[in-house]
Amino acid sequence: MSVWLNIALALAVVAVLGWVFRFAGQKATGNNPYFRDMPYAVAFGFALAVVLILAGVWLYFQPAANEQGVPAPSVIFWRWAVHFVAGSAVAAFLFRLAGRHVGTGASRKLFRQMPLTAAFGILVVLIYAVLAIFAAFIAPHGQEQVFAQANVVPGGNPALGGNPEFPLGTDQIGRDILSRLIYGAQNTVGIAFATTVLAFLLGGTLGFLAAVLRGWTDQILSRGVDVLMAIPSLIFSLLLITVASAWVTGTGLTVAMVVIIAVIDSTRVYRLARAVGMNIVVMDYIEAAKLRGEGMGYLIFKEILPNATAPLLAEFGLRFCFVFLTISALSFLGLGIQPPLADWGTMVKDLSAFINYAAFAPQIASAPLLAAGAIALLTVAVNFVVDWMLHRSSGLKE
Amino acid sequence: MSDRATLVEMRGIHMEGRSDETWMPIIKGVDLTLKKGEVLGLIGESGAGKSTLGLAAMGFTRDGVRISQGSVHFDGIDLLAASAEQKRQLLGKRIAYVAQSAAASFNPAHKLIDQHSEAPLAHGVSGKSEAEQDGMELYRKLRLPNPDEIGFRYPHQVSGGQLQRAMTAMAMSCRPDLIIFDEPTTALDVTTQIEVLAAIRNIVEEFDTAAIYITHDLAVVAQMADRIKVLLKGDEVEEAETREMLSNPKEDYTKSLWAVREFQRPAKAAPAVDAVPVVSVQGITAAYGKMDVLKDVSFDIHAGRTVAVVGESGSGKSTTARCITGLLPPRIGVIEFDGKPLPLDYRKRTRDELRQAQMIYQMADTALNPRQRIRDIIGRPVEFYSGLKGRAKRERVDELLEQIELPAAQFGDRLPSELSGGQKQRIGIARALAAEPKFIICDEVTSALDQLVAEGILRLLARLQDELGLSYMFITHDLATVRSIADEVVVMKEGKVVEQGPKAEMFQPPHHPYTDLLLSSVPEMDPDWLTNLLAERGVENIGDAASAQMD
Amino acid sequence: MNPVFKIILQRLALGLLTLLIVSFVIFTAVNLLPGDFAQAILGQSATPEAIASIRRDLGLDQPFFARYFVWLGDMLQGDLGVSYAQLNFQTNMGAAELKTVADQIAPRFANTMFLAGVTAAIAVPFAVGLGVLAALYRNSVFDKVANISTLTSISSPEFFLAYILVLFLAVLNPLLPSIANIYQGIPFTDRLIATLLPALTLTLVVTAHMMRMTRAAIINLLASPYIEMARLKGVKPLRIITHHALPNAWAPIINVIALNLAYLITGVVVVEVVFNYPGIGQLFVDAVKNRDIPVVQACCLIFAGAYILLNLAADILSILTNPRLRHPK
Repeated sequence: MSVWLNIALALAVVAVLGWVFRFAGQKATGNNPYFRDMPYAVAFGFALAVVLILAGVWLYFQPAANEQGVPAPSVIFWRWAVHFVAGSAVAAFLFRLAGRHVGTGASRKLFRQMPLTAAFGILVVLIYAVLAIFAAFIAPHGQEQVFAQANVVPGGNPALGGNPEFPLGTDQIGRDILSRLIYGAQNTVGIAFATTVLAFLLGGTLGFLAAVLRGWTDQILSRGVDVLMAIPSLIFSLLLITVASAWVTGTGLTVAMVVIIAVIDSTRVYRLARAVGMNIVVMDYIEAAKLRGEGMGYLIFKEILPNATAPLLAEFGLRFCFVFLTISALSFLGLGIQPPLADWGTMVKDLSAFINYAAFAPQIASAPLLAAGAIALLTVAVNFVVDWMLHRSSGLKE
Repeated sequence: MSDRATLVEMRGIHMEGRSDETWMPIIKGVDLTLKKGEVLGLIGESGAGKSTLGLAAMGFTRDGVRISQGSVHFDGIDLLAASAEQKRQLLGKRIAYVAQSAAASFNPAHKLIDQHSEAPLAHGVSGKSEAEQDGMELYRKLRLPNPDEIGFRYPHQVSGGQLQRAMTAMAMSCRPDLIIFDEPTTALDVTTQIEVLAAIRNIVEEFDTAAIYITHDLAVVAQMADRIKVLLKGDEVEEAETREMLSNPKEDYTKSLWAVREFQRPAKAAPAVDAVPVVSVQGITAAYGKMDVLKDVSFDIHAGRTVAVVGESGSGKSTTARCITGLLPPRIGVIEFDGKPLPLDYRKRTRDELRQAQMIYQMADTALNPRQRIRDIIGRPVEFYSGLKGRAKRERVDELLEQIELPAAQFGDRLPSELSGGQKQRIGIARALAAEPKFIICDEVTSALDQLVAEGILRLLARLQDELGLSYMFITHDLATVRSIADEVVVMKEGKVVEQGPKAEMFQPPHHPYTDLLLSSVPEMDPDWLTNLLAERGVENIGDAASAQMD
Repeated sequence: MNPVFKIILQRLALGLLTLLIVSFVIFTAVNLLPGDFAQAILGQSATPEAIASIRRDLGLDQPFFARYFVWLGDMLQGDLGVSYAQLNFQTNMGAAELKTVADQIAPRFANTMFLAGVTAAIAVPFAVGLGVLAALYRNSVFDKVANISTLTSISSPEFFLAYILVLFLAVLNPLLPSIANIYQGIPFTDRLIATLLPALTLTLVVTAHMMRMTRAAIINLLASPYIEMARLKGVKPLRIITHHALPNAWAPIINVIALNLAYLITGVVVVEVVFNYPGIGQLFVDAVKNRDIPVVQACCLIFAGAYILLNLAADILSILTNPRLRHPK
């Protein structure tokens, strides 16, 4: 329990520091309004931030191993994290800089207003897209190729049980982890993307139809969707996968899962498409077009759809994330993408036992975390982009 | 007044607002001086910075706005240097605020009287029961119905005009030295507005409170203010005593504002007795659901003439337009076009029948598809009705843009968001003209626009009528507009036509009592208008009270 | 009658109806299965007599709707049936006692509720507090850091967060157990410690959502003219929060909490598997893998029921806290 005591003590110190900070600020600036009207919570926040940053810097500069050569995994993991965040920030910055000077006037303008997080998001999405499309050329080995050496340690250092041919090592049955990670981009992302597109085609079409036709069509569709949405989506998909598993196995089950998730997810798309459609349908320009005598096709394709693209695009990003996470969770549970396809969720499940080696061999633990991190990184990236898009569109309305 | 002490002194105020990560100027160096007990009218168009400046006089800025330069002194206190706590003690006690939307500015979770007594309690001016007693007293002075009981209601249980007076009472609760009135009557109907105006003026005089009265309505400010300051896009144009300003404006901008109200198109000869009207509405009754919202409405619109349909919100003017266009088929009644009955549902009308009657909307923002370029918005009806394509269509669109006085080369390829409000409204007109109609319904087309711009639209519509021989049905609640453009007037109240006839007759007594009330409630530019009206009719015979007596 | 009562009664009826329809959907979905349950239970080698007897026992020879209503009636009486695994065991091995699904679920349900309870106890005050702070200091550095970290946490799969926590709190710094070892009659403190890591994982996921939604709700509220009016009346900052913002904030905040507790239901499944936590989620996943239909059905119904109930509670509470509805014209 001494850990908790230490944390409490540290907080007390921060509390005092915050008060000292504000007091010193008031004295030093001759009661400048900024310090005079500063609430204590803000001063506390500043002190906490400074203490945390200092602790981080201190940890970063600790030796990575003690005199006996035993590695200090906390330091190593912390350094990896810092390097990753700093590297990402630099890459995003350079990417944005490049975007500001290359391309058409419109794209340059877009990059000029872009926050760093969004630039990072776009960069990551691009990298994933390239990996997914060209996986066969980029990956050093095949995704199903089994080598003689199983359980090779990541890092490629023979002295530590690694092998330069397998930079991230091999799994329990001797498949190259790096290759499987790269193919995972193709399989996991590709399947999630296809599922989302399917969900949008289904939900979007029905949603707009309900908004334009109103009346009975709308009532029946909406009540149906209400019922489907009353069951939590992961639970419902697990139920339906149980049913599907009685019919098909292997790749067939993967296809069944795609359809099941697409249908369940299309209910959310339906709700949004209907709401967006309804908002547009009540506009005067739609009334003007109706009074002109325009047909249904013109109304939907020329008047409604062009005005619905922005919210639908943002929703597509969010839905993709949701579908991607759902599929990963299912795969992690062993009920999603089926072998022999390489897939990140399954990899995490298979490699998860390695995490327990982290205390003495940090690089061994990195393999499962890399697969899980690959999932997280893409969803974070898409969310950053969507967040920015939503912010932009809401800012334009004002 | 000039010998009294200075209450508010603002010097060289520059203000900026944050948009897209940069600070844009809103107020560009304005001085303002207010003496004790004086009422200053702050007028200008939307975007002139009136409200921002008014709030700055309280030492208050909204989120994303800052005072970048200048000083604000209230009774010798430097508000910009004062601490948050010092300012808090002034607000509510010595400086109070009356907002535009009373419905949104009262907290829905508390009773009116509790919100009323909050400031006196917070500032230690009086105890709870004392504050409540005083509140009822103020409600009585402001002529609220049931003054002893109304305070115990929640905001959503009280009407808009009453809430506005309750908010004025709330501002008075600590007997402040200064009240900022931020467009307090803009959201109200004319007959309600007059009552609120009378109440505000009365109580401000009684307690000798200084006030800054912010509005865009010249006639209103003429009744309320001792002095008027005119703002334009964050700059001061001029400032003078009210009478001086009204009779002798100096700057061109001010003169043009005053001139707006003078536009009046020449009267037209009455139509021949046997002429067939372009549109004839005969005894229509229409319902939303089970409620009849229109009851037996009849009127004719003759070729080349303008019929103004006037009435307050909820009187059924717009519903009448929906019936004529066929969006809401009436339950009973006939609509004839050139003597032939029209199918009541627009879906049953032929393309040519649809072409003949066009519509221009109040909110140009929602009337134009934001994703289509101007050329396409106007080009679509051209192509749809006349089948013109390619070059011929292009030339026709250019010609239409010419007619609405917007150069085609400059505007054709823009999106609606790249136009000003008045320009958007002109595009709406061009789209209607593109169908080459005989008859156009104008639904409050000028009410969302600033007065100068509205004036331009009215002149344009009048010119087009002369050139093309159009007939207009002009829906409006603004009698100044009626005066300037109408040939005939139809007055509506609660879904019924209460009076109709040629304009000249409508503005001459005797009329129906409601028409009379409506006409008399429209503020005029004469600063003595409200005083005279109250003297003439008595405070009992204006506003909602009078309206209620009629029923 | 007070219109609020009427609205609440309507909502309750609607909730019940939804539950009924959902039960029907679940039943129908399961009965889409091809082939015969009896065959599935007994395997290919079963004799026709044994299959016929099981079919009779399970009522599989009855028509579809009759089976539905019998099943529904049993469910309502707490009889969730017998798991196929148990049936199979009994038929093949001749075990003496049959453990019903209800017997299997009951202790696990308690465990899951405990996990959800601990999570809620940590997450709700934490998230609402942080959300209010982020709203009060919006666009500050704190708000931006909070925005990025919550966005990251929302985007990460539950198992990623779980393993990161295991890495730091169990492997590198052995503070908490990485496997939730919960047995019958475990003392409360041990139970709490064993539950803490799964609960923290869920907290991370739920807090991020809850905090963002609270922030949005409060910002929306603080932008309303009556808050500005209160400031312009010289009301003290604390009183503005407690007196003007809070009474109107209950509805959105309650909504946020209920929605996220409902979200917990999904999160629980993955997290229980990661930590080997003996809850209903793990049972559900095992049953899905073994195609143990009665268990799958029962778990599904429990999850859906909890989900509908939470949403219903949110709906009713936000009606009750709405002043416009409480004080009708």
